[in-house]
Amino acid sequence: MAEHSSHVAHQFDDSTQQYEASTLGMWAFLLTEIMFFGGLFAGFFVYILGHAQAFAEGSRHLDIALGTVNTVVLLGSSLTMALAVRSAQQGHRNGQLLFLGLTVILGSVFLGIKGLEYAHKFAQHLVPGPGFRMEGPHAQSAQLFFSFYFAMTGVHALHMVVGIGLLAWLFVNAWRGKYTEAYFTPVEVSGLYWHFVDVVWIFLFPTLYLVARHG
Amino acid sequence: MTHPTVPLRLYLGIFAALILLTGLTVAVAFFDLGGGRLHLVNAAVAITIALAKALLVILYFMHVRYSSRLIWIFVGAGGFWLLILFVFTLADFLSRGWVPLPLPWNP
Repeated sequence: MAEHSSHVAHQFDDSTQQYEASTLGMWAFLLTEIMFFGGLFAGFFVYILGHAQAFAEGSRHLDIALGTVNTVVLLGSSLTMALAVRSAQQGHRNGQLLFLGLTVILGSVFLGIKGLEYAHKFAQHLVPGPGFRMEGPHAQSAQLFFSFYFAMTGVHALHMVVGIGLLAWLFVNAWRGKYTEAYFTPVEVSGLYWHFVDVVWIFLFPTLYLVARHG
Repeated sequence: MTHPTVPLRLYLGIFAALILLTGLTVAVAFFDLGGGRLHLVNAAVAITIALAKALLVILYFMHVRYSSRLIWIFVGAGGFWLLILFVFTLADFLSRGWVPLPLPWNP
């Protein structure tokens, strides 16, 4: 029987088996997340078919510049996350701290810009509900667009908050020098989650900001 | 062991490609490429670029390219099930009105 290191749980033969089981488990979770966000996208597509003009009017109220900047910020955070995993795999403590820190900062910048956009929408009375005010012939149906906008970006932002929490936990452990060449599974698995949230935004951005505005 | 260490240059290259594709999709959005009432050409271009970006992230940042067959099957299953969700839903909603039948939602 293989000798057990301190970081390998009882049920696993060795570090590699534990790593494979953990990544597979994270992927199984991400599949449920794909279906969760997929349902929102499917709903969006169904409603845009019937309300193309209203969705276009709503979409034109979104700020493409801020959306683009946020896309670049989030892609950058994915790069730093990948580099954090790389540093962990090579056992570089300082690299892990640097790149995990950068990922937290970029994730927070994303949330800050998102908050700024939300504040604009509140100021312009574009939040669905009794306070909704919009010019144009399809103003009423445009509430549908903003319902999808807030639901989809809101749930995405919530995932970001969870991700930043995970990163903070990784940062503390990395500070204590817990992750080495032999054991970096938590960094790898959290990275999968972070990249997944990035992938969701890769689809959210063109759908809400770019495509819907035509119509 | 797990997966090989991905070269730094490859990561930077993937990131550069992601930024380029983002610029491309934003630039294209300012042109009306046609495709009828729903601007399907614009939608097709945007979705194709988004799929390319997602593939780059999944294959390299998420290390699927270097992962076991089992992971490939899981990722493929996720994409396939998503396709079922979209295709079957849109097959219904897109085809309504093609056949002029006296149905409650199609007067």
